[in-house]
Parts: sequence; structure tokens; C-alpha cells
Amino acid sequence: MIAYIIRRIFYAFPILLGVNIITFALFFMVNSPDQMAQVQLGIKHITPEAIAHWKTQHGYNKPLFVNAAEDSKGYFTDTIFFDKSVRLFIFDFGKSDQGRSIAQDISERMLPSLAVQIPVFVIGLSVNIVVALMVVMFRASVFELSAMVICVAMFSVSGVFYIIGGQFLFGKLWNLVPISGYLHGINALPFLILPVIVGVISGIGGGTRLYRMIFMNEIHRDYIRTARAKGVSELGVLFKHLLPNAMIPILTGIVVVIPSLFMGSLLMESFFGIPGLGSFTIDGIQAQDFSIVRSMVFLGSVLYIIGLILTDISYTLVDPRVRLS
Amino acid sequence: MWFRQMVAVGLACSAGAAFALPVLNNPHGPEVAGQKVLYSVFSSRPKHLDPLVTYNLDDSVFIDQIYEPPLEYHYLKRPYQLQPLTLTRMPVVEFLDAQGHVMSRASSRTVYSRYTFEIKPGIMYQPHPAFAKNKKGEAVYQFASAAESKVITSFSDFTETGTKELTADDYIYQIKRMADPTLQMPIWDLVSHYIVGLTELRDDIQTIRAQYPDQWINLNEFLLSGVKQQGKYQFTITLRGVYPQFKYWLAFHFFAPIPMEVDRFYHQPGLAEKNISLDFYPVGTGPYRMTKQNFNEEIVLERNPNYHDDFYPSEGEAGDIENGLLKDAGKKLPFIDKVSFRLETEAIPVWTKFLQGYYDRSGISSDSFDQAVNVTVEGIGLSDDMQHKGVQLSRSLDPATYYLGFNMLDNVVGGFDDKQRKLRQAIAIAYDQQEYISIFSNGRGEVASSPIPPGVFGYQPVGLEKKSIADAKRLLAEAGYPGGRDAKTGKPLVLNLDTTTGGSADAARNTWLMKQFKKIDIELNIRATDYNRFQEKMEKGNAQIYFWGWFADYPDPENFLFLLYGPNGRVGSGGSGVNSSNYNNPQYNVLFDQVKNMEDSPQRLAIIRKMLEIVRRDTPWASAFHPQSFVLSNAWVMNFKPHGISKSNLKYQNIDEALRKTKRREWNQPVLWPLVCLAIVILLVTVPGYRAYQRRMTRKVLQGNSQ
Repeated sequence: MIAYIIRRIFYAFPILLGVNIITFALFFMVNSPDQMAQVQLGIKHITPEAIAHWKTQHGYNKPLFVNAAEDSKGYFTDTIFFDKSVRLFIFDFGKSDQGRSIAQDISERMLPSLAVQIPVFVIGLSVNIVVALMVVMFRASVFELSAMVICVAMFSVSGVFYIIGGQFLFGKLWNLVPISGYLHGINALPFLILPVIVGVISGIGGGTRLYRMIFMNEIHRDYIRTARAKGVSELGVLFKHLLPNAMIPILTGIVVVIPSLFMGSLLMESFFGIPGLGSFTIDGIQAQDFSIVRSMVFLGSVLYIIGLILTDISYTLVDPRVRLS
Repeated sequence: MWFRQMVAVGLACSAGAAFALPVLNNPHGPEVAGQKVLYSVFSSRPKHLDPLVTYNLDDSVFIDQIYEPPLEYHYLKRPYQLQPLTLTRMPVVEFLDAQGHVMSRASSRTVYSRYTFEIKPGIMYQPHPAFAKNKKGEAVYQFASAAESKVITSFSDFTETGTKELTADDYIYQIKRMADPTLQMPIWDLVSHYIVGLTELRDDIQTIRAQYPDQWINLNEFLLSGVKQQGKYQFTITLRGVYPQFKYWLAFHFFAPIPMEVDRFYHQPGLAEKNISLDFYPVGTGPYRMTKQNFNEEIVLERNPNYHDDFYPSEGEAGDIENGLLKDAGKKLPFIDKVSFRLETEAIPVWTKFLQGYYDRSGISSDSFDQAVNVTVEGIGLSDDMQHKGVQLSRSLDPATYYLGFNMLDNVVGGFDDKQRKLRQAIAIAYDQQEYISIFSNGRGEVASSPIPPGVFGYQPVGLEKKSIADAKRLLAEAGYPGGRDAKTGKPLVLNLDTTTGGSADAARNTWLMKQFKKIDIELNIRATDYNRFQEKMEKGNAQIYFWGWFADYPDPENFLFLLYGPNGRVGSGGSGVNSSNYNNPQYNVLFDQVKNMEDSPQRLAIIRKMLEIVRRDTPWASAFHPQSFVLSNAWVMNFKPHGISKSNLKYQNIDEALRKTKRREWNQPVLWPLVCLAIVILLVTVPGYRAYQRRMTRKVLQGNSQ
């Protein structure tokens, strides 16, 4: 397994390099360093000298990909791409175009993202599995049909609707929780209730349908019939026999998501005023801050690759037949 | 604390008590008893807090409460008036010849103007580690290398602070900083043109920097010939020529004092890498100091304990007494102990929290306009809901002008020949600016008759009778486009509006615009691009018709008339010019050169009228309007009066803390019946659900059930 993991890590390098190149190309296809300078300077009288000075200060005064003016060594290394993107491989995120340490911002903003994402993930997963099992238990009934119709309806509704509706009902109409905002430590709890509720409810439709489909594939198996024949209660059949055997496909979807929890939810954090990594990414895009954008894309890619590796490892834990080679 | 509140709510519910429930939706942290806190918002992060570098309204909201330039604007008087802030009196202005002899202003031998400043003694800086001294009188925090400053990881690691008296050399040091090329002062071209010796100082600094690139430079060791210290509290600034608008810049944070100690402190090895710099941690003599700067969440200003004596004004303009703006006349400032700005990027939560009493003031977005305001034949007033809450509405015409402009370099709509002029005049007649204001600004604005807004010398209210569409069509025909077609080729006239891409509101606006041009049979094509492409088009002169705006730097007509001054053309200046129409009329330019340095007088007014007449004839702008700001304040906010120019107004504001607490409690009582209903529904579903489960478990297999 160790060899497998090491091999997967090596495979990640060309993937991440490709991600960097594409991110760089896409970003500078629509933004030029001059335009980034104008947005960052944000002043009325922007002179060409101020733009040139900003570009020099922030390392945008070089060619993008290749430097034809330099010798063979500097041809690739004395470029914006090398300065800004290659350093990411040693996790040197540098500073944002506003001069703030990106690593420090990431470490500060990770916790608020996790404070929302982990409860949404755990509670959402639990609720989806339980509801899916209940639907399977009452399969081929009016209850199942109704539940599926409701799930499709909930899945079809945009997440923004849940956010705005939740803020309106719980925050404005019923005054039960703050409508948005965040405080640190234990004081964060009132601010997390509504985002977590919204996150869980907005995920019920899709999650229940997915897990119901997985459980329905297992419910007709011989071991289920055997368990019933042994006199196990239906709830016991579902939770003690069906659920563990359905874990492999469930794990596929779960474990790969876990590292991405750190990245937060762009929409939720923007609407609820949570100072997490999701809103950090959105703000970087809006401010045309390439340093932030490339850092967050790189970090997201790394976390996704880690998620995939963890998924492969988790297979071996739940299914002894699986070997990594 | 929140848990205790929830328990209290639960107990109150279960006890069926009839008293008010504790509030659960307060988004602010615990408050200190007896401390007056104002709650406000910011929507975009400050870019710079160094007063020399920033030229951004968003940054001014913060730093103008911290820094004190020599002058300030009177809070209440209109038209806007300057008054001394840190000075004992207004600067004395003398006019000098080449030999330094005092002349009269009008003398033809006048070559320089000299401003003499006298600072009030006893003004102290906020507590700051840069001023911390040990028993020997040496600075506590002195790091010879980055290794020594390693113990400092954040600004809060500086535990010792001190203070210092404001002296003349602090202002002089800041003026010298203007010459530092690494700081890129936004109005360098202007100040270097006028302040004697500044360009030479820049050359000296660049020479030394080239020799010692990594070393901190003490600007006190450099000579600035045009700025001299006459005593501990006196200094002079000598300008080339006569520049009456200079007094307005003296009220701008560019001229705030920065002591050498602060510059040296922030340039110590290892601090810049940790973002410990003047750009992040401002230090001034103002009424507030920044005690929290988490740009991702909250910025907090707290009372400067060393703030000098400053008092609420005792006079204002007509109507201020009736509006309760002079109740605190003569009282010591500031009233508010702490101002909390929270980052809010979405409009809905801000509006909702304002209605809940958690933000003390709010603007009015288009979405909430109908909820906040009633527009009737009598005029605009608060809605019943707002009146019931005791909300106050403050309205003011901003010293700003937004306009629809023509690119005068374009070969169809630009140019100065008779036909091109008539084409622009025809469009100007067809374009209904009043309708635009009514539909897209909810009536918040005034049609402009010239670039100069209300409150600025030379302003003219709209008085000219608007011409008819028939006149517009006639002018169009005379321009060579009868019925909207080229008289020679017969092709329809198609013009292009260059704009940025937007949402559904822009789509509605674009449809309306096309209808305006259609009135005179012109096809309007909307060329929407992203902001960067739009800027590029403007810089290269590729736009044909566009929207633009300008907000006053200071209340002088020169600051608006220069929007049409030829040498300020955007294309000709490489994109930095403010004349976005690239309008270049030699006659206008000559009159501008005459009028720009005049004091307000009937003669100046006469020249301005001539200039406006030229502009009316040439019509480089189809139309313009002056926007109006609506600001809502909750009932407990006192002394708020919008000021179009100055942002340093927090010190005048006051709040009735007890009233706010009462209203918040009244408006935010938790509604618990939905939770009770939910519990009942769960109970109602659980019982039959369990029964259905039981039935399913006891169902016989042979009765045709094949699952």
C-alpha cells in the first residue's frame, strides 16, 4: 500500500502542474497585469507610472510564460508563471496582491469553513442515510412515492432559495437566530445553526435519492433474505446488515469530499457572512487577485487528490477483497 | 451567553410567562456596559491605510477618523466651508516675487505663494509602540536585524506604548514622504508641480536609494526647499504661482502628519514581512484609533484617549436647529466610544439587520426602496413602516455628476463641425434624463444643466426649456441623417453604447436607452464587455458613447470643469486623464486656464458661464445628473448630517444607547410557535409512522406481497 500511495503522490505532480497552467492561462486570458493594477490601485488618478510601479512591486512586470529576452536559464524561470505558480509546489503561497500573507489568511479562515462544513457533512449524511433507509423500508408504497417526489422537488430547487428562505424565516420573521455574521469561539454557535440547517435541508433531496438507489441494489441480496429468515427485525436488517454492505459505494462519495470541506462553500459563506475559505476565493476572483485565485485552486486540487487517495485506502478497510497495487 | 438566553427562553415558554423573551438574533458580540458603540458596515476591504497612498473613498471612511490634516470642513455649514483643525487659525497666505518680496495677489510679479501654518500646542498622538521609550529616553522597540524582531509575530506583541506631541516637523515629514517614489502618491504630478523643491527632493531620494536600497532613509536629513520649519509649531509651504485650491488639499489626508518615529518604527527589519506597516496600522492624532483590523470580518475604531479638545459646532445652516442638529452644540467630542464596522457583501442581510436595529444606519437599495420610502405628489417621504419605527431619512445632493458622454475623437459622434454638433444636440434633446432618474434611481437625483453640482460655486439649476422631439429630428436632418438615415447612402444610422456587462437591471436600462434613440429613429447598439475591456476601449479611444461619473475631490468648480479640459484627455494622457470624452476646444481650454486659479468672484462666475455656454453648444455630453443620497438612521442616532466631501464625521455623531436597547428588544422578540408546531407535527407523524411500521412487520408474505 505504501508503494501505491507514493506512486499516486508522484502522479499528482503532473496533474497539479496542468491545473496551474490552465488556471494561469484562463486567468490571464481575461485579465492583464495592467488591469489588475488598476483594480488594486483603485484610485481616481491612475498614472502609467503608478501601474508600472505596482507591477514591479508585485512581480507582474515580467512576461507571462516565456522570457525571450533572457538566456536559456531565465527563459522559463524569469516569468510570472514561474514566480507565481511553481512556488506553490513547496506550499509557498506568498502574499496576496493587497500585501497580506495568503498562508496566514488560509489558516485563519479554515476554521470558520470547517465549523460550518463538518456539521453539515455529518448531520446531512446521517439524515440522508436514515431517510433513505426509511424509504427503502417502506418501498413500493405511497410513502416511498411521496418521498421520492418530495426529494426530486427539493433537489430541483436552487440552493440560493434555501439560503434566502432560511434567512427570511429564521432570521427575519421568527428572530430565532442571527441572519448572518460570525463570531469566534463558543460565540460562533448561534451563527452556525442556520447555515447548518440550510445546508442539511438543501442536501436532503439529492442525498436521499442517491443512498436509496444504493440501498435498493442491496435489499434483494441473499444475505438480506437470510437475515430476515433468521428473525432479525427489519430495522436490524437495514442498519446492521444492509448499511455496512452498502458502505463501499457510499464511501466513494463521502471520503473524496472530506478534504474539500476545508474549502468551504462559496454561496453559504457569502450569504451568511462567514469569513471562510469559500468567501476568500470569491473575494479573490472579484478583486482579480491572481495570487489568491491560484493558491485556492491549487489547494483545492491538492485536497481533491488527497481525497481520492483516501478513498482508495478506505476501500481496503471496508472490503478485505480489495488490494491496492 | 447565548446558551443562557436559550435556557431562559425555554423556561419562559414552559412557565407560560407573559414577560418579554430575551433576544436571540443579535449578531454582535457581548457589549461592555456603559460603552457607546456605533455599528456600521463595509462592503469592500480597505486597500491602503497609509494616508499618503490611498485615494479611495472606502479607505477614507476609516483613516479620516484617525488622521488630522491641518484643515477640516465645517460639519454643518453649507456651502462647504473650511476651518482650522489642528491649527490655531487658517493659514496665512502671502504672495512673493522671485526675490521673495511680498506682493499683492494680483501683481504681475507674483511668482510664489507662501502658506504659513501655526499648530495648536498640546495635540497628542494616540498610544503607539513607536513612541514607547525606556527610562533612558530611548525607543523601546529597536531591532537591528530581522532575527531580533523574530519575537514579534503580530502587532499585538508590542505591549508597550507611548505618545508624542504633534509638532510642525511631523507635517513636514509627511510632505517629504510625498517625494518618495516607492510610495507612488496618487496626486504626485499635482503636488510636485506646485510645491517648490519636491521634484528635486525626489531625485535626491532616488540617488540615496540606489546606493542603499535596503536601508531606511530618515527624510529629516533631506532638504525640501519649499517647506520650512519656523518653530516648534510653525512651518511654511511655498507654492509656485497662485493655486487657491491648495487649501482644499490641506483638508485631505495626504497632508496628515506622520512623525519620523513612526516611519522608522515601521521600517525596522522583519516587520514588513509580517504586514506590520503603516499601510495596515495607522497612527494619528484623530478622535479614533484602529484597535482591530480583521479585514475579513470586522474593523473597530475606538476612542483615542489622548484626543485634544474638540467641540461640537454651535452654528450651522438654516434648518439645522429644527432638525435637532445643534442640541449638542459646544459639547466635547467624540460622543461615541467605539465604532464597529462589519464586512457585509450582501445587501439583504444589511437591510434586515438595520430593520432589526442591529445596524444604526443604512442606505436604500433599489430592492428595498418601496419598503423604505413613499413617493407621492407631495414629494418623497418615509413609508408608514419606517415612520412607525422612528427611522429618520437624510437626503443630500452629492457633489457629483454622472453623465452620458460622446467620444469626441469618434468620426461619427465626435468632432466640431456643424453637422457633428447637431447630431449630438439632437441626441441630447431626445434623451430624457428626468425619466432615467425616475426609473433607474428611484427619483434620487437632479437633472444637471452643467458639470458643476449643487453646493459648488458656479452651479446652475436647470432652467432652460427643454426642446421638443420635432426640434431634435430637425437637427438630425440638418446633421445629414434625415429620418435616422444617412442622406448620402440611405443606410440607417447605428450608434454604439459601450458599457460593462451587468445583470437584469442593466438589460432594462439598455432597453430604455434604445427607446430614447429610437425617438429620433436612430438605432442604438449596446456593446457590453467586461470592465477590463471597457477600460481598454476608453483608454484607446475606441468607445463611441459611454456612461461615466465624477465625485468631487473638493468643492471648487475647477474640479468639475477640468473634466472637459483638453490636455486632460483620456486618450492623450495614456489613460490617466479624467476627460473621458477627449473634448478639446481651444477656447474652452483658454478660459479654463484663466478661471482655474481664480478666487470665487463675479468675474470668475462670468467666465464659468461662458465656458458652460461653449459646452452647451458643443454638447460633448448628451446629458448629466447629480445623484442624491438617501441615508436612513434609526431613531437613536443623533447629529447625523450627510457631508458630500468630508468623511471625518464620526466624532460628531451620538446615539441614545437606552433607546436602542429598548427598540432592539421590542423588534426582535423570538417567535416560538413554529417550533411548537414542528414538535407537534413530528409527534403526529411519529405515532402513525410507528403503526405503519408495525403493520408492515406483521404483514403476511402469502397475501400477495412480493417484496
